[in-house]
Amino acid sequence: MTEKNRRILWLAVFIGCMLPAADLLRRLFTGDLGADPVETLIRATGDWTIKLLVAGLLLTPLTRILRNPLPVRFRRMIGLYAFFYVCIHLTLYLAVDQGLDIHAIVKDVLKRPYITFGMMAFLLLVPLAITSTRKMVARLGPKRWRQLHRAVYVAASFGAVHYYLLVKLDITWPLIYGAILTTALGWRMWQAMPLHKTLRAGA
Amino acid sequence: MLIGKKPDIASSEITPKSLWLDRRRFITGAAALGIGVALPREAANAGTLKFTKSPLSTKGEELTSLKDVTGYNNFYEFGTDKSDPAAYAGAMKTRPWTVEISGEVRKPVTLDIEDILKIAPIEERIYRHRCVEAWSMVVPWNGFSLSALINRVEPTSKAKFVEFTSLADSKTMPGLLLPYLDWPYREGLRMDEAMHPLTTLVVGLYGETLKNQNGAPLRLVVPWKYGFKGAKSIVRIRFLERQPATAWNTANPSEFGFYSNVNPEVDHPRWTQAKERRIGDFFRRPTLMFNGYGEQVASLYRGMDLKTFF
Ligand code: HEM
Repeated sequence: MTEKNRRILWLAVFIGCMLPAADLLRRLFTGDLGADPVETLIRATGDWTIKLLVAGLLLTPLTRILRNPLPVRFRRMIGLYAFFYVCIHLTLYLAVDQGLDIHAIVKDVLKRPYITFGMMAFLLLVPLAITSTRKMVARLGPKRWRQLHRAVYVAASFGAVHYYLLVKLDITWPLIYGAILTTALGWRMWQAMPLHKTLRAGA
Repeated sequence: MLIGKKPDIASSEITPKSLWLDRRRFITGAAALGIGVALPREAANAGTLKFTKSPLSTKGEELTSLKDVTGYNNFYEFGTDKSDPAAYAGAMKTRPWTVEISGEVRKPVTLDIEDILKIAPIEERIYRHRCVEAWSMVVPWNGFSLSALINRVEPTSKAKFVEFTSLADSKTMPGLLLPYLDWPYREGLRMDEAMHPLTTLVVGLYGETLKNQNGAPLRLVVPWKYGFKGAKSIVRIRFLERQPATAWNTANPSEFGFYSNVNPEVDHPRWTQAKERRIGDFFRRPTLMFNGYGEQVASLYRGMDLKTFF
């Protein structure tokens, strides 16, 4: 792929990830968010958070399987977009859903496992977002940076558990995300196993 | 969610009102000429009701818009999304419709919906409607006290509970494919709850015949309980000596109690019931004990531990 095409692709993904937010804004201002706009917004931003988290962490396996470095170049952008959506998601919960009632929020975080898991997922994503710049990679050193960023598997899993715990009955989607995450993690672990490395070296 | 293409929208949902008003005018004209025309389903479904205003109505509440009352529904027989019932319930046939009334009664009977409509004068009853999911509405229902029907069939002394069974028609209800609830949908009340004047058999809302997505042609409304207690599209009412198994309680007994009285002090195990979002509002408001109907119904539960019998 030429440098120019790569730039175009980058821009397309950048705009593509922004579209859901833009669409929600449009619907907010045209009164098109349904009977319960707050719920619609919280759900849509939660959905995009987990979609982007899962998509982002599939890029590494994809790069290795395809033996093509292209997918992994989008990892940072997708990851940061996931963080962008979870920030809106959290802000809506804190400011609108709970009306900034600190007492109620603390109680919710401690008492409601789905909120606890969501919060843990968010807290895990914060250091990852902060250390996503080139400078931070250099500062941490690639090895430590990679180790730190493996936490995205934990964050995404907590996100899936959060989702699983909040649905009333239809757990199809949480299970789908769970299955994808388990497969991806299993694959990475298998890749990291000495046996696998020996087999590859032998082949 | 993009996966899973949805079936086509029912024609009743996309026919503009002006068009089928025209069609009705045509039908009336045809009838005047003595030409037999089969009445289309939509015409049988829509209609204005004559009603009086009930003294039982809740005062001082702003009504939730007709659009939200008919567009934001939980009716899992048509799918789990709140917009599914409005999109797919049009396929359900609500005429002819009969309701079997059986069990511990001296006069078991199968009633045609047209006869049920004549049991008692139709009233407008404005009630708060509180969903177990912590949102709420204010709905001007049309109907009459369930007790009017119960008195007609003369329950025996063995009748301690009433069970309501909803339609389960796999041809028109795609949600029945979901294994999460044990279909048909069933709900139940204790006899004294069923006899309480606030407990309403509903045939309409906003002065019009009930729309399919709201549980046409006949549903139950128990305003001091969470919304799911109000069985929709009822085909059977059975009087029982023992507490019946109910759909949500069977699916998850620790989360959905048989009583399910609105109670801000008893949280759902996974979320709080202390507050609710009134549809149309951005911020939550406190939830009222018995949904604000404590004065009328608290005596039904005197001496009962509402944390145990939630
Ligand atoms: C990585 C972190 C997170 C992910 C991936 C995530 C994902 C999701 C998803 C997928 C949904 C359901 C959307 C649907 O029903 O279609 C959701 C709903 C929700 N999330 Fe999160 N979430 C995260 C963090 C949080 C945090 C930190 C909070 C608040 C402390 C939170 C509060 C909520 C609430 C209140 C709902 C709506 C529940 C309802 O409507 O019943 N989430 N989230």
